[in-house]
Amino acid sequence: MVGITSYGAYIPRYRMDRSIVYKAMGWLNPATFMRGEKAVANFDEDSVTMGVAAGIDCLTGIDRDEIDAIYFATTTSPYKERQVAEIIATAFDLRSDIRTADFGASLKAGTTALLSARDAVKSGSLKNVILCASDCRVGKPGSAQEELFGDAAASVIFGDSGVVATLEDSCSVSYDFIDHWKGDGQKFDRQWEDRFIRDVGYKKFIIESISGVLKKCGLETKDVAKVAYPCLYAGDHKGIGRNLGLDPAQVQDPMIDKVGYTGTSNPLLLLVAALEDAKPGDNIIITSFGNGSEALLFKVTDEIENIRGNRRGVKKHLAAKRELKSYNKAVSFRDTLPIEKGIRGEIMAPTALSELWRSRKQVLGLCGSKCKSCGTPQFPSQRICVNPDCLAMDQMEDYRFSDKKGTLFTYTADSLAYSINPPALYGFNNFEGGGRYWFDLTDADLESVKVDMPVEMSFRRKYVDEEKGIHGYFWKMVPIID
Amino acid sequence: MAEGIKDKVAIIGMGCTKFGERWDMGSEDLIVEAFKECIEDAGIDRKEIQAAWYGSCFDEVNVGKAATPLSLALKLPFLPVTRVENFCATGSEALRGAAYAVASGAYDICLALGCEKLKDTGYGGLPEMANLMGTKNRLIMPGMTAPGGFAMMATRYFAKYGIDPDEGKKILARVSQKSHANGVKNPKAHLRSEVTEEQILKAPMIAWPLGLFDCCGVSDGAAAAIVCSADVAKSFRPDPVYVKALQIAISSGEEMMYTKWDGTYIETATRCGARAYEEAGIKNPREEISLMEVHDCFSITELVTYEDLQISPRGKAADDVRDGFFELDGKIPCQPDGGLKCFGHPIGASGLRMMYEVYKQIQGKAGDRQIKDPKVGLTHNMGGFPAMNLISVCIAGL
Repeated sequence: MVGITSYGAYIPRYRMDRSIVYKAMGWLNPATFMRGEKAVANFDEDSVTMGVAAGIDCLTGIDRDEIDAIYFATTTSPYKERQVAEIIATAFDLRSDIRTADFGASLKAGTTALLSARDAVKSGSLKNVILCASDCRVGKPGSAQEELFGDAAASVIFGDSGVVATLEDSCSVSYDFIDHWKGDGQKFDRQWEDRFIRDVGYKKFIIESISGVLKKCGLETKDVAKVAYPCLYAGDHKGIGRNLGLDPAQVQDPMIDKVGYTGTSNPLLLLVAALEDAKPGDNIIITSFGNGSEALLFKVTDEIENIRGNRRGVKKHLAAKRELKSYNKAVSFRDTLPIEKGIRGEIMAPTALSELWRSRKQVLGLCGSKCKSCGTPQFPSQRICVNPDCLAMDQMEDYRFSDKKGTLFTYTADSLAYSINPPALYGFNNFEGGGRYWFDLTDADLESVKVDMPVEMSFRRKYVDEEKGIHGYFWKMVPIID
Repeated sequence: MAEGIKDKVAIIGMGCTKFGERWDMGSEDLIVEAFKECIEDAGIDRKEIQAAWYGSCFDEVNVGKAATPLSLALKLPFLPVTRVENFCATGSEALRGAAYAVASGAYDICLALGCEKLKDTGYGGLPEMANLMGTKNRLIMPGMTAPGGFAMMATRYFAKYGIDPDEGKKILARVSQKSHANGVKNPKAHLRSEVTEEQILKAPMIAWPLGLFDCCGVSDGAAAAIVCSADVAKSFRPDPVYVKALQIAISSGEEMMYTKWDGTYIETATRCGARAYEEAGIKNPREEISLMEVHDCFSITELVTYEDLQISPRGKAADDVRDGFFELDGKIPCQPDGGLKCFGHPIGASGLRMMYEVYKQIQGKAGDRQIKDPKVGLTHNMGGFPAMNLISVCIAGL
């Protein structure tokens, strides 16, 4: 029996009411009006950091050494060549004798990666595959996509023991259907006419894949508790459900009015949302759309009760929101609006890749050292113990700080330092269990932070060296949301 | 058994440029300007200088590394010249190098000169740190600046002592206000204007809780000293100033990575001050020190330094500030020349600039800001951040 053994999600803290987007850009194309709000990645987030965050949620209570493969799915990788799965694996502090792969180029890449995980686990070549799907798609100002797209990530572990939802079967349909595309070097999607996408694409492929998987499983629509599928427009989303013969209660909320359409991560995000409310025995279908469609049918097991509630998933992330009220900030965060950085902000220190290599566990994995002699954890890794009463030499073992909570020892909000979202917040984290270091503080503002408040670590983009094409990642402090 | 530096070396000449935004002056000009005053003050022939120590910090944005900028600017005749750098305590390092060289008996007369040209970056504040802290820090240090680094100490200080930030800012305002009042009396100072508490409190925030007037000037300038062996000092001038202590202390990483340090004081300053007092034979600094020039890069730094140097008890510096203890007519005038706050802070020159004021005060040549009958002056020069830094404490006097 193979299937999902753990799940997690990440929705950025910032949400933007679409009326803000519409007020800013609706003059250009009044027909773009959409209701609700969308999740907006902070300036230091991208598909990689959100993937890490979802994965960490998914790894709650899991022994990371049991993971033997990591798959990452996105259409918004910061790199054309540098595997993001490797970055994420290092951030998770996984073993190095594992399989890694990036899936991309189509919004169905998330389900394709999941099916690859299924095949590997079923064949016995892998035991536990963690999959992270994440997208941070940028809509062109004034476009309908700008209002529709939301940023989020989801993660599942696929394995053969402790399965909370078995993957019963799947149906893939594949067409070179070009509803939207992005050429080499293009930042924004281009798309064909909406009516064409709806009538030839969504209405046909999604129904084809869902009907296909039901047939393969010998089930009818009435046998399914929840069906999740994407669609660009709310009215047409309902229409697809009617055509499938689904009762509205069977249709998984696509969360377009809360998160937006999150691309590659969408089917997995909806799967996590469905599992949060599922009962043992429920059948759940998730569906992707992109150059065809894939539908996957899961059956929830009794194990679901063991992990429900002990991770943030969709619900807690949805609840922990802060409103982003400035459209101008949102477009600056995504570098759609070229802002004045000032001469200080333009200074870009070189990244020494050999340094990053030897310090990768510290930089990407936030691993420091712990003194075997006195037990003091310390970051970054030291050869000589920092405890003045110890000073033991070369008595260190690796110590992971990324999963340790802490308290904000002190902080400032710096208006002189360059930040895309000034003032720059940073301070010291006194880690639970020992260790202290200074870090940037993000997803926070001066008014809401206090000395000694609880914080945790979040993997973030530290800088982008545009000229050299390097995206630098490290960990920042964030206020704990629950 | 080592016995320290006390009374082995004397300062027989000093020079200091006007500090400020010297748009029309390069480092070479500033070096010559400080040197000229220094050599005239010492009354020696420049050929008598046998070795030199040159301090400059941010030479990446200035004249470049090594000792050659000094030697070339002054046309030193193939002398041994050493360039030193220790963050913002660079100027004190130059003095230390020259003083130890004389004390060792290796040379009779040495020059210490510090210079910094900060106003060629095109932006305010000190040069951006991201590419100045090494390849690893570039990857893991927060995107921080000097005011932010020190602001975190103010945050913690206020929290520990239960001081409401609005009240805390008023205490800090008094520290800055005092230095502005002194700066007005100093023709060489960068900033020469009286400021009111209201102006200080209403000024733009730089790094919360520190506002504009909590931060020192970022300036161009140079300062220099000629040192010789103490036993021959009076053959050059009747009023040499004798070195009583030269100490530095450098962070071990404990403050930054270990959780013992409480963030409301400077560990290095506390240790360095104690060592300097011991070297100088000072038992009760609050009674024995005549004046201080401390490293007031930020108002909070000056406040905690009063405590670190054992002048005020821990957590009680605010009481002394309110009592006017550190004002020009107070018990221990602090920053009589305006301090970093108003004289300005050309990094490599600052340590020597502090000693310039002590030197002039002890000789009774401090003009409008002369303190009555000073005997022992202290300079406290700091580089880095509260959590990772180095401190120099020098004591000089009659």
